[in-house]
Amino acid sequence: MDNILSVLVFFPAIAGLLGFVVDKGSARVYGISVATVELLLALWLWMSFDTANAGMQYVELIPLVPDFGINYYVGVDGISLFIVVMTALMTLLGMIGMSIEKEIKNMIISLLFLEMTMIGVFVALDAIVFYLFWELSLVPMLYIIGAWGGPLRIYASVKFFLYTFTGSLIMLVGMLFMAYLYNSVSGVWSFSLTDWYALVLPENYQIWLFLAFFAGFAIKVPMFPFHTWLPYAHGQAPTIGSVILAAVLLKMGTYGFVRFSLPLFPDASVMMIWPISVLAIIMVIYTAMVAYAQEDIKQVIAYSSVSHMGIIILGTFAMNAEGISGSIFLMLSHGIVSGALFMLVGVIYDRRHTKLMSEFGGLAAVMPKYAVIFGFMLMASVGLPLTIGFVGEFLVLLGFYEISPIGAILGGTTIIIGAIYMLTVYKRTFFGPVTNEKNKTLPDLNGKELTALVPLVAIVIWLGVYPKPVLGPIDTSVKALISFMHEKARSDIAKDTITLSKSVKEAK
Amino acid sequence: MLLDLILLAPFAAALVGGLLYLYDPQARREKIYSIIALTPVLLGAVLSLVIGWSFIFGETTHIESTLFEWLHVGDLRIALTLSVDRLSMVMLFFVTFVGALIHIYSAGYMSGDSGYGKFFAYLNLFMASMLLLILADNPVIMFIGWELVGLCSYLLIGFYYREEAAIPAANKAFIVNRIGDFVFIMGVALLFVTVGVNGFGFTAIEASITKIDTAMLSLIGLLLFVGAMGKSAQIPLYVWLPDAMAGPTPVSALIHAATMVTAGVYMVARFDFLYSRIPGVGEFIAVIGIASALLAAVIASYQSDIKKILAYSTVSQLGYMFAAVGVGAYSAGLFHVFTHAFFKALLFLGAGAIIIALSHEQNIFRMGGLRKDSRLLYYTMLIATFSIAGIPPFAGFFSKDAILVSLLSTGHYTLWSLATFGVFLTSYYMFRLFFAVFHARSYGFRVLKPLPLTMTVPLVVLAVGTATLGLLGVGGTFGNFLGLADIHAEADHTIEYLLAIFNLFVVAAGAGLAYRLFAQEAEPPNEESRVRRLLVHKFYIDEIYGYVFVKPLYFIASFTGNLIDHKVLGRMILLGVEGYRRAGEGFGKLQNGRVRFYTLYMLVGISYISYYLLSILGGI
Repeated sequence: MDNILSVLVFFPAIAGLLGFVVDKGSARVYGISVATVELLLALWLWMSFDTANAGMQYVELIPLVPDFGINYYVGVDGISLFIVVMTALMTLLGMIGMSIEKEIKNMIISLLFLEMTMIGVFVALDAIVFYLFWELSLVPMLYIIGAWGGPLRIYASVKFFLYTFTGSLIMLVGMLFMAYLYNSVSGVWSFSLTDWYALVLPENYQIWLFLAFFAGFAIKVPMFPFHTWLPYAHGQAPTIGSVILAAVLLKMGTYGFVRFSLPLFPDASVMMIWPISVLAIIMVIYTAMVAYAQEDIKQVIAYSSVSHMGIIILGTFAMNAEGISGSIFLMLSHGIVSGALFMLVGVIYDRRHTKLMSEFGGLAAVMPKYAVIFGFMLMASVGLPLTIGFVGEFLVLLGFYEISPIGAILGGTTIIIGAIYMLTVYKRTFFGPVTNEKNKTLPDLNGKELTALVPLVAIVIWLGVYPKPVLGPIDTSVKALISFMHEKARSDIAKDTITLSKSVKEAK
Repeated sequence: MLLDLILLAPFAAALVGGLLYLYDPQARREKIYSIIALTPVLLGAVLSLVIGWSFIFGETTHIESTLFEWLHVGDLRIALTLSVDRLSMVMLFFVTFVGALIHIYSAGYMSGDSGYGKFFAYLNLFMASMLLLILADNPVIMFIGWELVGLCSYLLIGFYYREEAAIPAANKAFIVNRIGDFVFIMGVALLFVTVGVNGFGFTAIEASITKIDTAMLSLIGLLLFVGAMGKSAQIPLYVWLPDAMAGPTPVSALIHAATMVTAGVYMVARFDFLYSRIPGVGEFIAVIGIASALLAAVIASYQSDIKKILAYSTVSQLGYMFAAVGVGAYSAGLFHVFTHAFFKALLFLGAGAIIIALSHEQNIFRMGGLRKDSRLLYYTMLIATFSIAGIPPFAGFFSKDAILVSLLSTGHYTLWSLATFGVFLTSYYMFRLFFAVFHARSYGFRVLKPLPLTMTVPLVVLAVGTATLGLLGVGGTFGNFLGLADIHAEADHTIEYLLAIFNLFVVAAGAGLAYRLFAQEAEPPNEESRVRRLLVHKFYIDEIYGYVFVKPLYFIASFTGNLIDHKVLGRMILLGVEGYRRAGEGFGKLQNGRVRFYTLYMLVGISYISYYLLSILGGI
């Protein structure tokens, strides 16, 4: 199966097309079966992945527009591998836990198309292919929010679309300019990332290109102050939309930084460490504060998810193996934990059609299983050791410590503030006496919900206790990335900042 | 193998018990739960005795066992390695031993509670976490245990989650601990950045400690100590411990008195190689310790709730331990950790028995005259009170004496005199409690509930321990065994004996005062004078923290959340959209459907083009 990646990308899309002829009653089963096969394929990819090899594997290259050097070019390395697996997993579990009955067939088809675009983004090695999938992912999500969302769904979905679209257009300009530069140096057109990697640019070009890409990635993440679209989108999106948005779509932005910004523009990345870190630290503290002020549980989770994305950015710009590997691991753990938390909010919303904390209280007695799973995810979210949340956060802070201890300490305050607002949510929702009559008879998690949530709990513990199987391949590829950036950097300051690990140094 | 079993058995039991409870929370299976929970803990106690035997009578000085490599990223390589040296062996011994007794006691105490299974799952998880903390061979794994015991503390304080006081207390404990933990992990990170490249186990760090300059080392030492302030409830982070008494009493005994709260002292002793190089930070630790000891003792003297008094006395005794390790007398500090575990567990279990027997009465001024009702409680509590006050031959006398000697012999005269005043206060508030509960005039008629055997046997065993274990310290046996990097300051034996006799007088003075005031008619402290009100209200520290930290934080949060994010940032982005719309409206006005206007546009266009053409042609 050398073309496993193409199968992974296009299988859901083809299955989605076929979905139009599936009977409405069996659409859900159909979707779950497709997503299961997709997950099995992704797991097969992981199992057969050569963990010792830091480079791209399962590479496929089919020329699309040879005159302009545009190819269908895909591949996977330790950095993208687990994000692909996580995407397949969260799509499946999101589908299983989904409570939507209305237009279920359209929902399943949208989700399958969305899955194609997401996996496409993470395996693309050609800028145009990357851009295509990147923009295409907006369409199903726009539809999911616009068709199944809350009362303000149209406003929210249009805002989501326009906002991210503006950013990615600027990114597209950057891509075209990059190809133009490549052409002016080598005489041929190419949009292939591996060709671009070889291009050493002067610093002033690097800065402008970095900023163009930054516009696309930063809005997607979303970084402060471009985050205002996200709470709206989450507030109006149906549960499944929020799960996919938080778990996977946001990761496109942070993944873009690692795949494009760092290796293409190492000097600019080092120059931009401070502006970006300051934004990231503001983002961490600011959104944590905003989260503390929310009354709506889903909004707390939405803002806390933004806050944790700030830590991922900090790790990416730590320029050492601990920080970058940590931030990639944190992308995975953030995907799993925030995905699960949004599912959990969905559970209570399905039962009571409200997400306000003040409507609840004492749920621990009424819904013990729900309370325990929520508690697990809460602890993972605040980064308790032996849950998945601790590993990434710890590595990122450790890595950023080498850039700036003060920065790490400021970013690390999330450890405290995160605990404050999450425990407040838990206190007001689950503890105390049951004050609201309507809550006295709420049913606990049903089989469907348990099937979706229990695997996530298992992963949260497994990767918290034993993160090595995932961290190992990530670290191998990250070390290669850092060595590459170190080689490529032109300025001395960049070479100093991009820190090689001791083992890598010794090998040289 | 032994070590793995000691650690993993309680983890497994917590998992099994917890799942069983979750499967059907309503089911009554107290027997099954207690078997699941007690087996690993008893096994742990036995195994640690075996290990202890091989340390004391055999040649063993170190046992190690690696479970797996936890992570290897960049230069950071952390293995889940368990190791026992003499220091951790002592900790291991009393944690498993006292832990086992408290588990047995809990089986009786919690009987009939609907959350029985949950309680034991949490308790097992706590044992496992505490053991991980003790057995860790590097700071990162230690931190894992360090945070997990905080989690268990949170879960168990909030155990009675329907009660009003429980959850705020649990949140307070978790958050205050988190503040300490955060600073602690920053210290660990700093340590890693400076020397971690060459391996990050305690022995590797010790080997490369000389490479760090003193300023950096002091910073690391301070950061780590702030973590200890949180976990071991020292000024200014002690505020969570008194509130933590909202949890079930066995929890107060195990976690909030005997084991978890001593983790900070253990950590400092574990890093003895680090702290012995930075005596300046040590002084700071000792000052914080003595200040906490005195403050808590003063507050304890004015409380009425039996558990609150014991909680403040825990803060106070921990202060003594920190004073000792701060001045470099690590083994004296550890010895007090060891004896304290026994007598404080005994005090709490005794208090729990009293509370149960009196149908959940916690006010000592509503007890009175219990001496006649229960001989067993009377004598066990008497032994414990003697011990904490420092009366020979009970355990507390020897350990507290060792601390006072070390303060004096290292030349810390001010600290020593303050500590001696603390001894007076300790004796006063403990005998105040004792006389008020057992001697004072009985408070009305009552029938005591009978206590089950599971509760009385642990009391007796702990009482025997409290009565005898102090002898381990005679002639420095305990300290020599530990072999920590103690400061060398030998005091003259004559001075030592004189000091011991002097201390006895101090203790007698405190006890005598308490006898005069509380043995006949015990009255709760009145709030007539301003000073007294200040004392009864614990110097209003909680209220001050509320105004200085909690309220401003909430204010900032609602300011950013409701104003900045919605009204400022949200609007700013919309301004761009608004500008676009306005421009559209403006241009729209041009296209208004009136021929007059269109003719005008044509005229302007034609004129401009004509002008342009003419200028090119050179006409003008």
